[in-house]
Amino acid sequence: MNNDSDRIIALAGNPNSGKSTVFNAVTGLRQHTGNWAGKTVSVVRGRRTYNKKDYTFVDLPGCYSLSSHSAEEAAAREFICSGSADTVIVVCDATCLERSLNLALQIIESAERVIVCVNLMDEAHKKGITINLATLSDRLGVPVVGTSARSKKGLSQLLDLLEQPEQVTAKRSEHIDSASSFIKTAERISKECVTVTNDGYKNSDIRADRIITGKRTAFPIMLLTLFGVFWLTITGANYPSELIAGGLFWIEDRLLDFFIWVNCPAIVYEVLVLGVYRVLAWVVSVMLPPMAIFFPLFTLLEDIGFLPRVAFNLDKCFKKCSACGKQALTMCMGFGCNAAGIIGCRIINSPRERLIAIITNNFVPCNGRFAPPHQKQQSYLPELTKAKQMPSLS
Amino acid sequence: MDMIRRLSELRQGERAVVIDVGGDMRDRLQDMGLIEGTEVACVQISPLGDPSAYLIRGAVIALREEDSCLVKCSAEDQEKGVMV
Repeated sequence: MNNDSDRIIALAGNPNSGKSTVFNAVTGLRQHTGNWAGKTVSVVRGRRTYNKKDYTFVDLPGCYSLSSHSAEEAAAREFICSGSADTVIVVCDATCLERSLNLALQIIESAERVIVCVNLMDEAHKKGITINLATLSDRLGVPVVGTSARSKKGLSQLLDLLEQPEQVTAKRSEHIDSASSFIKTAERISKECVTVTNDGYKNSDIRADRIITGKRTAFPIMLLTLFGVFWLTITGANYPSELIAGGLFWIEDRLLDFFIWVNCPAIVYEVLVLGVYRVLAWVVSVMLPPMAIFFPLFTLLEDIGFLPRVAFNLDKCFKKCSACGKQALTMCMGFGCNAAGIIGCRIINSPRERLIAIITNNFVPCNGRFAPPHQKQQSYLPELTKAKQMPSLS
Repeated sequence: MDMIRRLSELRQGERAVVIDVGGDMRDRLQDMGLIEGTEVACVQISPLGDPSAYLIRGAVIALREEDSCLVKCSAEDQEKGVMV
């Protein structure tokens, strides 16, 4: 996919620092980005030509350090230390710079050429956090650029920095190779560069968390939300489902008329129209509308941070079953599509808990297996009602 | 007054300074910045009592009791508290 002449740019960073958003914004390749840790497991590549130079961007798995305690960290470490990348861009989370700096310092230590990209500047600004990028660049000894990848701010500066071949000054004297010294250096640097006007963890955040994870309020809120999402999905999906079914089956009749008109042998048109086309039409009209409603709702809940709190609330129940609270998320995802739910299981750290989540996800009925829209459809095809259960695609 | 307690004993709103991190989670916690001398605050306890969420170096991280009871810390600044 990439030519030898391309310059290889690796993107590294903490989980959830917006690394994949930076990657998407730079390469234009649509890759799913989400709100919880561990989205990128295998290495994703994308290309970009900027000012007549070709770059291959590599999106490394998110990690907190290079100490290879997990498969993701080992993969990132291997890529960075092998020197396969011409430049490593370390994506830092401006709202929580200190933790990001720990990784940045480790990468500066082991990679040839590093650019630090402080992402989520808009988010930090909202939280009253100001970062002195010039001081940060001076202390780290590498170029630093501030970005807000979601609104595409600062990305051209980032690309401009890639062009300048040797602007990197090796001022890496003081860092020593020990985990706690990286953390201490990160602490010192972040104290010098970050000014917080109000506490990072804001009052309104706390109040919302109090309610969402409160003793009395947590469970009613979760049940109501789950009920609300299902009600919207099932009720909402019926109308487009009817429309699509009506349209597609009208086309079926026309197709049938056409085949009869051209004197096509019955065996051919029965296979094509009554077999292939009808099943396809059925599946599309039953599955498409609920998915088109469920997944955006799910994404919304994920974006506002509701789902991680659900995992937090329910972890004890899942722990009783030797599973992980994050399984609540993959199970909810399973209501949309089991395939997506199983892929989402990568967010679970412990291999055993992950395996449990993968195996049991199958027992969550995906919306292709929801009863109500399904029964509705049967009224359109009375002759098929004997086949009670349609094969589910998910 | 230096009283040694487990991180899991912190009540909501209390803060403490880490003295020692033990257990299987040691490396992982270290990567997230939980080392000797780090200030932590317990910001939220799950409605069922476990896990709890801690504010560690500007990030909120949830830990199960089985892991947080292996972190020793000295209780201090109880009156000051975080703004919770």
